Amino acid sequence: MDLPVIGHPVAPAAAGGCSAGSCGSTAQQMNGLPDDIRRKVQDHPCYSEEAHHHFARMHAAVAPACNIQCHYCNRKYDCANESRPGVVSELLTPEQAVKKTLAVAAAIPQMSVLGIAGPGDPLANPARTFATFRMLADKAPDIKLCVSTNGLALPACVDELAQHNIEHVTITINCVDADVGAKIYPWIFWKNRRIHGRAAAAILIEQQQKGLEMLVARGILVKVNSVMIPGVNDAHLQEVSKIVKAKGAFLHNVMPLIAEAEHGTFYGVMGQRSPSPEELKNLQDACEGDMNMMRHCRQCRADAVGMLGEDRGAEFTMDKVAAMEIDHAAAMARRVALRAKVAAELEARRAQAHAPAAAATQVVTLHRPVKAAAGRPVLMAVASKGQGVINEHFGHAREFLIYEATAAGARLVGIRKTDLYCGGDETCGDGESVLAKTIRALAGCEAVLCSKIGYEPWGQLEAAGIKPDGEHALEPIEDAVMAVWRGMLAAGRLAAPAAERKRA
Amino acid sequence: MALEIIESCVNCWACEPLCPNRAIAAAQPHFLIDTDKCTECVGDFADAQCVAICPIEGAIVDELNAPMNPPGSLTGIPPARWATVQAEIAAR
Repeated sequence: MDLPVIGHPVAPAAAGGCSAGSCGSTAQQMNGLPDDIRRKVQDHPCYSEEAHHHFARMHAAVAPACNIQCHYCNRKYDCANESRPGVVSELLTPEQAVKKTLAVAAAIPQMSVLGIAGPGDPLANPARTFATFRMLADKAPDIKLCVSTNGLALPACVDELAQHNIEHVTITINCVDADVGAKIYPWIFWKNRRIHGRAAAAILIEQQQKGLEMLVARGILVKVNSVMIPGVNDAHLQEVSKIVKAKGAFLHNVMPLIAEAEHGTFYGVMGQRSPSPEELKNLQDACEGDMNMMRHCRQCRADAVGMLGEDRGAEFTMDKVAAMEIDHAAAMARRVALRAKVAAELEARRAQAHAPAAAATQVVTLHRPVKAAAGRPVLMAVASKGQGVINEHFGHAREFLIYEATAAGARLVGIRKTDLYCGGDETCGDGESVLAKTIRALAGCEAVLCSKIGYEPWGQLEAAGIKPDGEHALEPIEDAVMAVWRGMLAAGRLAAPAAERKRA
Repeated sequence: MALEIIESCVNCWACEPLCPNRAIAAAQPHFLIDTDKCTECVGDFADAQCVAICPIEGAIVDELNAPMNPPGSLTGIPPARWATVQAEIAAR
């Protein structure tokens, strides 16, 4: 566990004094990355916040078997209305997965990554997982390949991952202490035995850490996912973050536990609570001093399709895919052209952002010294369906991007879903209206920026202390958020600490 | 001496590659064990391999129809708690 990390190119760039944090992940900090790392992340929506506005991914559900049990997972359930890891509607053979991936990549030119993430563990199904990668790499070499694993079988698979040119591996690491692990993992299957309790957690942790070190040594980018479980590992995750960063992990993604009794998981049935958005943000902020934190995760299904904020899986069931006629060469050409176009646009936007920023700084320095830039941080919710602009109607948004605006700029700090991971209100609802739920999900935000908003929600949002704003439609998100923040500053609303927020 | 997979199997494939006798086959509506081939892994492993990896309590039974992984043994959820919560959900 204490092996030194050698020669990893990410660490210096990631550690180097980024006041805004999230060096590798946010738009502002993409510039700071070495070229080889930037090339790897610039069109991977899960490894780059900037990329997630422009690129799509899909998960191929080819890996049904698992070698461990986690208390937040139930292997029995499949619900089309639920969006959470481990849930799928249709298990695929490698051949079907490749056919589906090619169909998706032809219909959605933003599609840049195929990930295998379950519904079990990809590396507990190595034959199916690697057969899928081998066939896809042959037919669509422009698509990045990616896996997400619990890490138990990782050391045994690292060489094969490297052979398949896998550049991104996500390991779910919830603890580095077996006593904590014993409260998360009831058992593992290891060397032909089922092992329970603390001994199981100790083996799992050892394999995860060894796998992380082996991947880093081979130059494979590692993202670490951690599930935040209040009272179980919340106080422990900062230590996890420090350790995985020291070993060369690129990005840390702390996700909130999803636990409902209906899911039939240990945590759901036993009444373990999930963290609030505030608790999650506080932990992410606390880890951020040491590590690049991912803030744009949607905790997607093991068969998710599309941009991170959407799931178009229903358009690509195997019977629909079978009926599609596809010109694969033309589709690949479209994808390659789109990537070049997006790269050029982002480059232009970066160049533009740098020039006026310098000028503005000079003006501020001339007229008002440093203190004039002060103003407390403000949380704002943004409705967007992609491209990094405000382009979603309030009433159509199923999720909101949460930005924190300060004098230093706007940064994404989280995602809040308005359907609370379940689409069917009539089956899961408690009679609370969708609008009331949305307003509750936006607790702590002082403004909501969207392309349009109706009369009724406008009044109720204002009553809840959240200012609706439809004046920045189609503007780049970060520019609009800062414009609103500067307006609040000019109006004298940012001097005092945030007033007690009303809750719906 | 043979084990049997019953209807609560979720077809997750975990057991199939582990069987030293190749006694397990994918089938509909659930995986099946060929009773002529199954030895319960005696002589090969200390534990029956399908039983040792199966994630579903009760999905594999012995010749007396007794579950090899009884309720609560894998999830850690006490059966009484499970029953209470299911009743609460049904009553909503």
